[in-house]
Amino acid sequence: MTEFSTPPYLLGQSSVRRVMLQVLIGLLPGIAAGVWLLGVSIVLQLLLATLAALAGEALMLWLRGRPLALFLSDGSAVVTAWLIALAFPPLAPWWLIVVGTLFAIVVAKHLYGGLGQNPFNPAMIAFAVCIVSFPALMSQWPALGLKLTLIEQFKLIAGLAPRIDGMSGATPLDALKTALKLGDGAVDVPTLLATQDVFGNFAGRGWEWVTTGYLVGGLWLWQRRIVTWHAPLGFIGGLSLLAAVLWVWSPQQFANPLFHLFSGGAMLGAFFIVTDPVSGCTTNRGKLIFGFAAGVMAYIIRVFGGYPDGVAFAVLLMNLCVPLIDRYTQPPIFGMKKQ
Amino acid sequence: MLQHLFGFKGGVKPQTNKAPSVQEPIGQAPLPARLYVPLHQSIGGVPNPLVQVGEPVLKGQLIGGADGWVSAAVHAPTSGTVLAIEEHVAAHPSGLPTLTVVIEPDGRDEWISCTPLDYRSLPPEGVREALRDAGVVGLGGAVFPSHAKLTAARSVAVEQLVINGAECEPFMTCDDLLMRERAEEIVRGSAIFRELLAARRVLIGIEDNKPEAVAAMQAAVQRLGEDHEVVAVPTRYPAGGAKQLIRVLTGKEVPASKRSTELGVQCFNVATAYTAYRALAYGEPVISRIVTLTGNVLQPRNWEVRLGTPLRDLVALGQPKADTNKYLMGGPMMGFEIPDLAAPVVKATNCVIAGSPTLFPPSPPEMPCIRCGACAEVCPHELQPFELYWFARARNFGKTQEYYLFDCIECGCCSYVCPSHIPLVQYFRFAKSEIWSREREKQAAEAAKARFELRNARAEREQAEKADRLARASTARSSERKPASAVASAAVVEAGVSSALASEPAVVSSAADADAQKKATIVAAMERARAQRAAVQPRNTGQLSAQQQREIAAIEARRAALQAESPLNTVTPPERAAE
Repeated sequence: MTEFSTPPYLLGQSSVRRVMLQVLIGLLPGIAAGVWLLGVSIVLQLLLATLAALAGEALMLWLRGRPLALFLSDGSAVVTAWLIALAFPPLAPWWLIVVGTLFAIVVAKHLYGGLGQNPFNPAMIAFAVCIVSFPALMSQWPALGLKLTLIEQFKLIAGLAPRIDGMSGATPLDALKTALKLGDGAVDVPTLLATQDVFGNFAGRGWEWVTTGYLVGGLWLWQRRIVTWHAPLGFIGGLSLLAAVLWVWSPQQFANPLFHLFSGGAMLGAFFIVTDPVSGCTTNRGKLIFGFAAGVMAYIIRVFGGYPDGVAFAVLLMNLCVPLIDRYTQPPIFGMKKQ
Repeated sequence: MLQHLFGFKGGVKPQTNKAPSVQEPIGQAPLPARLYVPLHQSIGGVPNPLVQVGEPVLKGQLIGGADGWVSAAVHAPTSGTVLAIEEHVAAHPSGLPTLTVVIEPDGRDEWISCTPLDYRSLPPEGVREALRDAGVVGLGGAVFPSHAKLTAARSVAVEQLVINGAECEPFMTCDDLLMRERAEEIVRGSAIFRELLAARRVLIGIEDNKPEAVAAMQAAVQRLGEDHEVVAVPTRYPAGGAKQLIRVLTGKEVPASKRSTELGVQCFNVATAYTAYRALAYGEPVISRIVTLTGNVLQPRNWEVRLGTPLRDLVALGQPKADTNKYLMGGPMMGFEIPDLAAPVVKATNCVIAGSPTLFPPSPPEMPCIRCGACAEVCPHELQPFELYWFARARNFGKTQEYYLFDCIECGCCSYVCPSHIPLVQYFRFAKSEIWSREREKQAAEAAKARFELRNARAEREQAEKADRLARASTARSSERKPASAVASAAVVEAGVSSALASEPAVVSSAADADAQKKATIVAAMERARAQRAAVQPRNTGQLSAQQQREIAAIEARRAALQAESPLNTVTPPERAAE
């Protein structure tokens, strides 16, 4: 009995690997919808990102003298990789996602101290870095109805085939913004939504199903108690509240909240990004505030800003506020509540 | 039975593993060959040994008297002879020795004459004293002297008396079996507690995974015509924590900074109520307790074990399986690994669990905290364990206190759920002990500073007085100067040796003309210093171990011998040196 042992001697079943694995499972419905509607290219991007993330992780762990097997198998790098792959355009060239992922893992994660230490969401850092550096490539989403074979998609990503105009199109959010800007206020959003090809039943065509997939996966995570309801509800609340106010004020100019919720990265952000425990708030009230403010900012950036979507920048800006929010939202403890 | 229950936040539901040890009734553990009864078995003062080596003792005879109000007496668990009063390994995670009375049983197991106490006619103070002298302490594991908890707060009447039969720790069933088999005594003991506290209601809380115990207690309450309320509470660890059970039954939350009586509620374990009743109604002091022996053993069972029984003897009753690699005392959530089976069963020993690698697999490697907040969700005191962890790790102890470190009850729920397998409780214990030791150091430094300042002030005062005296005497002395340099220099040397008079040589050299008076002053000062030295008592001699006392005695003997053969070695008063 030389080994020093400490209570409790019973341990629960939870582990970082299990948590990460469940997050990956939660992403599957959205991935499935994406593959169904946009093509197998998403799977290729997922693979590329995963390989890049694991390579970057292994390199950094080795440089930092940390146990490789333990940390490579914790699943955290894979989660980051998948979130990046799902936030990037599926037909983007291979090096784009590799650069983004490596930046996320090497700079945003390991230079800050590795697992659990990063103040910013690594996937959102990857997105921000790439959209600032390669705005054109990051805005080219495959046009709907584009039917490419697996080989063609592979060639495009590998850079073996030329990128042709018309192959990619703007996202529904982009289309809306462009129309609003060009129309100089004369455009009628309801008509636009009703007539244009890119808009579907209640949001962007295709997109509405992908985002519904994320919603389903996210609700599953909530049911599994991997995430609490606070941050997602705050995010959805903040986004739809601002959307609703502006929509009620001027329905001709602004799309309805439902459109915003099911477009772009809203659902992915609500359940998989603002719920990131490492870079997000930890108190329940803090999570609500964090989610709400991120939702409001995402709306402002995606509608009035220059980028196609605002989730990434909104989340990064809120990451900065986390220590402050956490500090001022400490809950009262047992025996110290006001009766 | 329409008791409204309040929940408590957090908690976990580990596998209870209670079934194996409730199959058999409580067994009487056989008398061991030797009994090792530690004198310090409760919170508070260490009882003083009241017996001599070689003295015969009877079962129930007082062998350690309570030291102060917060302390409890210790008794001989059987009749026999005191073999030794010596240091013996304690039932403590450190395995450090503690002063222990070793008794060799004579096999007759002969009681002292037990006199039942007429506790109904005694004043409450008398009952409390009787409980202290019977060694009644909290048998839930905290071993706090019970009599010290039986006083209501001055301004708040006791609304509820909570009797704790929840027993939320996995594996543990000693309270369950006690309630099944000895419910009436528990109910009667609770009634005594109620009277002492003048409590309005008595609530007996039992986790709902013990339906037999609930039924037995309800039946006993009815039989005795009491109006205690037996309440089944939801099974969720740590529902048996005093503060959690109080919360569940009364809705009151007792913070770390308050006593529960200040909120009009008090809580006792069922086994405590049982022993209190036995002590008062039968005059039987606490000399045994029910211990659950379970885990990786062939015969899991509850035993009534004499205090002082070596754990090795107890463990043998259960026939541990071959792959047993450790033994835990207490439950698996808050207990500790027994460092040495030579340690005895004490009042705090509620459960002994044989562990194996399959039963308690080693903890997976510790990963970094991912701030998932799972620990905060299960913390029954609604703390933010991961924040405490960051601060404890960074040794930012001020911050840990800001985040209510001392409200942590170390229940282990946070460690249980942590996906990164961080031994959070260990970090909190570390931070607490660091804060305590820093507090002690600070107090010691402050005391030293006060002593130093006092000494300086005294030295200044004495110097001023001396200068004053010399000035007044100088006119009278100037007429009768006569050289006595040899005597003076000898005196100066002596004075220089004495640290208490460090300033003296300077005074001497500056006033070389006042020889006679100075000599007198010096002699007086030396005499004072000698008297002071003689008056100083060696410190910290109160709690010496037997070993240390023997060493000191040996040193004293050597010194006495030396002084006897060479008187020059002793301090020679200056007047004799001068002669």
